Amino acid sequence: MNPEKVVFGFFIVLALTLNFGFFVGELDNPEHHHVYELFAVVVVNLIATVLKFGDRTQMGAVLLATSLVAVLQLLVAVLVWAVAEHVTETGLTPGVTASIVSLSGGAMLANVVSVVLLVIETVMLRR
Amino acid sequence: MDNIVFLAFRRMRRPLLILVVTHAVATLGLTLIPGQDDAGNLWYMDFFHAFYFVSFMSTTIGFGEIPYAFTDGQRLWVTFSLYASVVVWFYAIGKLLALVQERTFRQALIERRFARRVRAQLKPFYIVCGYGETGSALIRSLTDRHQDVVTIDNDQERIDSLELENLRQFVPALCADARRPQHLIDAGLKHPLCQGVVALTNVNKANLKVAITSKLLHPRIKVICRADSHDVEANMRSFGTDYIVNPFDTFALHLATALQAPGLYLLQEWLAGNRDLSLREPVYPPKRGHWIVCGYGRFGRAVYQRLKEEGIDPVVVDVSKRVNSPPDGVLIEGRGTEAVTLEEAGIGKAVGLVAGTDDDANNLSIIMTARELTSNLFVVARQSNLDNTQIFDAVGADIIMHPSSIIANRIRVMLGTPLLHDFIGLAMYQDEAWACDLVKRIALLVDNERPEVWELHIDSDSALAVSGALAHGRVVHLSDLTRDPRDRERVLPTIPLMIIRHGARMMLPPLDTHLKVTDRVLFCGKRSAADRMGWTLQNYYALDYVLTGENKPRSWFWRSLKLNRTNSAES
Repeated sequence: MNPEKVVFGFFIVLALTLNFGFFVGELDNPEHHHVYELFAVVVVNLIATVLKFGDRTQMGAVLLATSLVAVLQLLVAVLVWAVAEHVTETGLTPGVTASIVSLSGGAMLANVVSVVLLVIETVMLRR
Repeated sequence: MDNIVFLAFRRMRRPLLILVVTHAVATLGLTLIPGQDDAGNLWYMDFFHAFYFVSFMSTTIGFGEIPYAFTDGQRLWVTFSLYASVVVWFYAIGKLLALVQERTFRQALIERRFARRVRAQLKPFYIVCGYGETGSALIRSLTDRHQDVVTIDNDQERIDSLELENLRQFVPALCADARRPQHLIDAGLKHPLCQGVVALTNVNKANLKVAITSKLLHPRIKVICRADSHDVEANMRSFGTDYIVNPFDTFALHLATALQAPGLYLLQEWLAGNRDLSLREPVYPPKRGHWIVCGYGRFGRAVYQRLKEEGIDPVVVDVSKRVNSPPDGVLIEGRGTEAVTLEEAGIGKAVGLVAGTDDDANNLSIIMTARELTSNLFVVARQSNLDNTQIFDAVGADIIMHPSSIIANRIRVMLGTPLLHDFIGLAMYQDEAWACDLVKRIALLVDNERPEVWELHIDSDSALAVSGALAHGRVVHLSDLTRDPRDRERVLPTIPLMIIRHGARMMLPPLDTHLKVTDRVLFCGKRSAADRMGWTLQNYYALDYVLTGENKPRSWFWRSLKLNRTNSAES
């Protein structure tokens, strides 16, 4: 067992599960989407991205790309939230909530791809 | 490029991870700790403000507590996270700085810059592996002739010394091991403009490796190698190395030519020698009599063998009696710098002396001692270091041989004017009178300037007009090329040395030879003649004038006018 692989897999899967946790619920209901959950998703995704740095293989490159996509989507979601709360002070209206959640949904898709790639690599190596 | 980004990412992974985690914990903590707003109500900081605060906290301490003054609980947490984040930032920045200064990273940067510079080459170039005595002489003589060169050496000091040399052309240089194929590729081995690879390191194995790599990765280019032993030479030849230069054999052959055929030697020196040497009268060494060879290393052995073949039985002087493959004749132990040894070797009756040790000071000392003991001695001096040129000139040896520049010149001729290399090879079979005659002709032609040698391909690239005329069935003689395109009665100061036609070589072709397309011609003469000849070769009107003696009208108007006039004259 390779401890590096454990940590690597842990963070990639955790990024997906947390993302899913934030995503589920009614799309435009702010009650169903907690800010701490989004925070955790962002942090874990950032960690997962940094963990993917420096892998020279093709698989490593694609994994890094998916993570970058996820981080990008999540940061935009966070930005939308911050702007709605503090800059325009409209608060979490259903429309704003919907766009935040759907952005995180996109990030989740990227995370799903990431996990699928991880699984494929593991299956192909088979050792 | 890949290498550098990869290295940076890998080194920065841990600092970045720690940075992310520290900031996340600090931000999270701030949102969890209860605070008070300005009215004294319970208030929790939101993520937006927490992230903002943490971001400036570690960089600008004392910016203020926003949006409301902190409670003591918040201050406690901020104190902790402040120290943590400052330390983490220092760690990350320190890592980054260390990475920039690290040897491997810098080497990667240097290699990348070198490779990029080579990729941007726009002119044909050669790769020279090994920037030693021979390599630097070769690079100097190539750059003097406006050839581009790229060099690799595994000694940083030598690469640094290259920057101090005042070369005409910029020479990209890399301190790297030429045995690794990647370095050769960086140096442009696969570049379409790469013309050849020259391996001149003093390690046989390295030269062999360079030759194999070059032949495998770019089979069409010329590969020239230095080999110190016949064993390695055979190995290199087996996979098609184009030329192999053995410094010891080359030197001995050079010496033998000088002794046996002074005219030929002079011819060779004139045509292929260093440009800065002045033209000299031929020197005639004594062919019979008592010769002394000082120094019996690899050079001395080769020289001894050559002299034996010339029918001279020289006495050998060497510091040690236990030498490899000792000579058949007399071997005297001693350095040769002291009078006793030289007298023992019979300096009194000697006619010739070869000072051939590998130490310049010793060679000079040998010559000076010998000159004191006997007058009228023919002296051949071996010079190892180019810096000592002045003192070697002062000692007044009859022939000074600098092995590195001999080899460098030879390689330069192979690379730049391969026809000249063939010509000199064939000239070896001619007799002395032939060579002396040619030397006299050339001397008359160039009046004490150094003769220039150039090659000519009769094709549409370098001789557009001539090849066009030949394709239209017109006859162009060799003598037409040597006419001055400004006044066809005058003859350019040049001699055609050789024509190669379908692989057949013709030495000193007669001037009424008919030219054919794909001929390759070797000329020697004044430099100005080469420029003038260029007009005849490339310009239709100049060629027409040279062939017929009349200036054809160039524009449609004058042409039709002239046509009308000839028509009316006929009718």
